[in-house]
Amino acid sequence: MSVAASAPPVTSRGLNPRVVRMIEAILIPVGALVVSALLFSVFLLLLGKSPAQFYNLIWVGGFGTSFSIQNTLQRSAPLILTGLAFAIPARIGLTLLGAEGALVLGGFSAAAVAIPLVTFGWPAFIGLPVMAIAAMATGAVWIGIAGWLRHYRGVNETISSLLLGYIAIAIMNFFVEGVLRDPGSANKPSTMPIGEAYKIGAMPGSSVHWGLAAGLVLAIALYILMSRTTFGFAARMTGGNVRAAQAQGLPVGFLVVACCAIAGGCAGLAGFYEVAAVHGQANASLVAGYGFTGILVAFLARQNPLAVVPVAILFGALAAAGGLVQRRMGMPDATVLVLQGIIFVVLLVSETFYGRIPFLQPKAGERS
Amino acid sequence: MSVAEALTEPAPALLAPSLETVGMTKIFGQFTALDDVSIKVESGSFHALLGENGAGKSTLVKCIMGFYNATRGAVMLDGHEVKVSSPRDARDLGIGMVYQHFTLVPCLTAAENLVISRADAPSVIDWKSEIPKLEAFMDRMPFRVRLNVPVSALSAGEKQKLEILKLLYLEQRFLILDEPTSVLTPGEADEVLGLLGEMAKRGEVTVLMISHKFREVKAFCDSFTVLRRGKLTGSGDAQEASVAEMSRMMIGDTEIRERAEREKRNESHTVLDMAGLIAEDEEGRPAIDKVNLKVRAGEIVGIAGVSGNGQSALVEVLAGQRPLKDGRIFIKDKPFEPKRSDFDRFKVFGLPEEPLKNATVPRMSVAENMAFRAFDKPPMANLGWWLSPGPMRRKAKELIERYRVKTTSPDSPIEDLSGGNVQRAVLARELSGEVDVLIVANPCFGLDFASVAEIRSQIMEQRNRGAAVLLVSEDLDEILELSDRVAVMSGGTISYVAPIDETDRNTIGRHMAGH
Repeated sequence: MSVAASAPPVTSRGLNPRVVRMIEAILIPVGALVVSALLFSVFLLLLGKSPAQFYNLIWVGGFGTSFSIQNTLQRSAPLILTGLAFAIPARIGLTLLGAEGALVLGGFSAAAVAIPLVTFGWPAFIGLPVMAIAAMATGAVWIGIAGWLRHYRGVNETISSLLLGYIAIAIMNFFVEGVLRDPGSANKPSTMPIGEAYKIGAMPGSSVHWGLAAGLVLAIALYILMSRTTFGFAARMTGGNVRAAQAQGLPVGFLVVACCAIAGGCAGLAGFYEVAAVHGQANASLVAGYGFTGILVAFLARQNPLAVVPVAILFGALAAAGGLVQRRMGMPDATVLVLQGIIFVVLLVSETFYGRIPFLQPKAGERS
Repeated sequence: MSVAEALTEPAPALLAPSLETVGMTKIFGQFTALDDVSIKVESGSFHALLGENGAGKSTLVKCIMGFYNATRGAVMLDGHEVKVSSPRDARDLGIGMVYQHFTLVPCLTAAENLVISRADAPSVIDWKSEIPKLEAFMDRMPFRVRLNVPVSALSAGEKQKLEILKLLYLEQRFLILDEPTSVLTPGEADEVLGLLGEMAKRGEVTVLMISHKFREVKAFCDSFTVLRRGKLTGSGDAQEASVAEMSRMMIGDTEIRERAEREKRNESHTVLDMAGLIAEDEEGRPAIDKVNLKVRAGEIVGIAGVSGNGQSALVEVLAGQRPLKDGRIFIKDKPFEPKRSDFDRFKVFGLPEEPLKNATVPRMSVAENMAFRAFDKPPMANLGWWLSPGPMRRKAKELIERYRVKTTSPDSPIEDLSGGNVQRAVLARELSGEVDVLIVANPCFGLDFASVAEIRSQIMEQRNRGAAVLLVSEDLDEILELSDRVAVMSGGTISYVAPIDETDRNTIGRHMAGH
């Protein structure tokens, strides 16, 4: 009901609405993190453990030493990419859970195309780009399918992308345990190793692989794409109100599939780095949950590609400190997952606070 | 005594209650939506509550119904103060409301809808005993609705009757109707209001009706109250007061912009040509069926029709929101497809209904929303893809000024603007350039007088400048005021077309009803 249809909206304290939104976008996620930490402390106290020790260990294990910082960054590299894979489609109004599948399938295709390349002795400077392109293209197609089904067939993209993820894992298993199995991989079926020549090394002066740099570059590039280009503007229009976008004659179907393909490309690239920089071959280790943690990262980053980077580093630190927590506090590795779960639930609740923080709001009744 | 028991007895002689509000005040934060409003509705009267949008009518009835707790003031029923702190209290006191939109469950029958609406509806319903009781209830009522068909199969008029029957079935004798005729044909509206008026005269019910339509108030109501900006500005005998007096109480001294005159134009060429358009609704049933219509340059063709007869679907097809299954659209004899390049090439613009839902992205800023037509063209875009926020903002500032859009800043999200200002912002975006084809749907729905006059003037100006205008409206007065030709849409197709001076309200009404 429009109680005050004629009253112009005035924000109290004369704050620019853009500034208000920015404050909200920082205040609310940070508040959610604090609340999660408090809730998790209660959980720890119930177990008879010290919260102070826990958070101290997270700090030490995540950022305390140069080794732990590198460990953190190493783990955050795929999280940046999978976070982007959730954030970009979210901008166009889609909730896609397909990053895990796209990462696995991307990594697998990179390993698969590497087999003939390595066999025929192609140099790494040709082979690696080919692998990366194969990984990104596979990921793009995989999530693109979910977008296509959504737009042209009305299939719920959240469900289809989630299920496509399981199909992706099954496809990898099918080949890895079948025709592409390296006879040498006895206990853990894997593809043939890509070999040292093809392995991507660390960035100079660190032990962190180049995936981190790729993530940073992509985060900046996608931020610019979404905020400063006509493509991004059209995508935001579509995400904000698809009926208005249609009435402006925008190619909604193309925009939806393109955003999904970008997302798939990001996740696929994460798979490529997992194979080429970490595992050296495709196997079940690719299914490490990076795709799902990426959802959490994107949520906390408010779907902002730039904010994905620091949030991914935070979650990288949590993962990096997991081992330390396990050893020092005698708690299982899954403890960190409990914390992640709590953060996710609190974060979802915190979504309801946007536009409702009293001191940032126009005076009551002046909104219709 | 439960409702069910009451129904088994012979019709109890219930008297229509009188209702008063005393010094009703409702304050939201700093904003006073309702300021010391005292109204008196006599027992057995048919009382009109008049006022523009945002005048406080809805706030007042929501306070009476217990949706809001009034800041100050009291409700008196039959002279006694009653406490209404929730809609449940209102229902127990016999105060019922019919809303603008239907609140029936479409997939259930009328009988099922009635029984489940009861507060004491049993978990297992004994239909063998309920049906005869319902039949007996219907026999006592002035109008009937078929009990055994699903509500979705009823016409709008029947649904509205059923909404009213539901209140009577629940023994509610003080009926609040919120613009009850907006979904009805003029014929249906007259029938329903006439029957209610007779019931009121017999002292069976008291009716408080929110309305915009002076014609209905003059024809059916015996008393009225007017609100403006939350204050009581007048009341009296609806038969004695003139329409001019009532409208002055409604709009006060607001300056209303002079309406653009209809310029005489010579016979001109066809611009928009719709040939055999067919489209389906979400369930795959035909939504529009072989629509043929031509609109010439400098002409407004008004499409009248009862809501839900395919008008929205037609607008959606033209706007690219609904796929065309068959048929062709031509503009100036060239095939037109509802995509961006054709909108630009043929200078097709639109003012869709409910602009916040169809023409804007609520969370994007006013400036961004105003750039929807131009964001991908210079000067806002360089090289076709690089956005320049500077020109976008400058253009928005210029349009905000020119079209008097009230907003704190071009960066405010457009959802923070009032309805009239959202529509003005859309108008600014769509009409600031050269327009050859204009597609308009219910442009003034829910707006105040000043905005309505201004928006209708703008549409008329476009016509005078030579645009071909297709105007779809559920407001027959709007069609009669603006159109050069009137078409009626019924059952998804154009059933009647006539020049404005060769037709009248009754003829159009008959065709709207499908005769």
